[in-house]
Amino acid sequence: LSLQFMQRGLDSQTKKQLEEEEKKIISEEHWYLDLPDLREKQSFIIEERSFMPCEDLLYGRMSFKGFNPEIEKLMIQMNSRCKEDEIEVDDKMEADVSDEEMARRYETLVGTIGKKFVRKRDQRVLQDEEDEDGDSNKRPSKKAKKKFLKPQD
Amino acid sequence: QYVPVKGDHVIGIVTGKAGDVFKVDVGGSEQASLSYLAFEGATKRNRPNVQVGDLIYGQFLVANKDMEPEMVCINSSGRSSGMGIIGQDGFLFKVSLGLIRKLLAPKCEIIQELSQLYPFELVLGMNGRIWVKAKAVQQTLIIVNILEACEYMTAEQRKQALAKVSGK
Repeated sequence: LSLQFMQRGLDSQTKKQLEEEEKKIISEEHWYLDLPDLREKQSFIIEERSFMPCEDLLYGRMSFKGFNPEIEKLMIQMNSRCKEDEIEVDDKMEADVSDEEMARRYETLVGTIGKKFVRKRDQRVLQDEEDEDGDSNKRPSKKAKKKFLKPQD
Repeated sequence: QYVPVKGDHVIGIVTGKAGDVFKVDVGGSEQASLSYLAFEGATKRNRPNVQVGDLIYGQFLVANKDMEPEMVCINSSGRSSGMGIIGQDGFLFKVSLGLIRKLLAPKCEIIQELSQLYPFELVLGMNGRIWVKAKAVQQTLIIVNILEACEYMTAEQRKQALAKVSGK
């Protein structure tokens, strides 16, 4: 039988393909139009039924002189979206913590957490370094790292 | 006569409840349907408190000549962004569709001049309905009268009228 696309075992995709192919095969019994394929013309007219995009209308909900503060916030958001100034609004958002403070915090933070992962031997070096910052003249002898001394023969 | 258009924000009046869907009158030839899930934060258990006679500010999800229009009070990202039930008090009145277009124009002098008078809240629906709320009833009525009349007034007449009002 030529109706291969009706078989259950095949995938739906292959079924569809086979169906289309079998439709195209024109046998003597079927009547068909002997015309070339007509294509739809691309229309350059787009129908737009609403006024909103035509005149760039504002948002319908408004509040004046602080009657409804939530709506006033909304007004700023909505109307700035129309003018595509939203990016500016986001940049101007006030931060709770200033950038400088953040940088300072991170500096000390890195140090304190870094100490956690330092091994015991390196800890003494760290301590010496910290002492060094304070007073460099008082302890010159302890500056030297304690190295392994070879036993003399 | 207003023709519902997809995406338009309108003020509707709830006229009835049919199961899980509210029937809303938007001033068109047909009533619009509004599902109770089309509000911000609405779930099957957490239903919005909508009564018959409430005012709703929403937008059309579906609006063509073959189907009943559908409204929602939520935008594409799931937030209400000002839509939903319009609060208590205030005054609803109808104007022509042309005036609404004028009022919603980006630099509308009428609205700017009115905003100088006193604090008030205003909701404009594309279906020709306007809702106003001010602190005192008299203030509300003044705004209503100015908005209704300003369609046929010239700019001069309007400024005169506003000067009278603010003089009072």
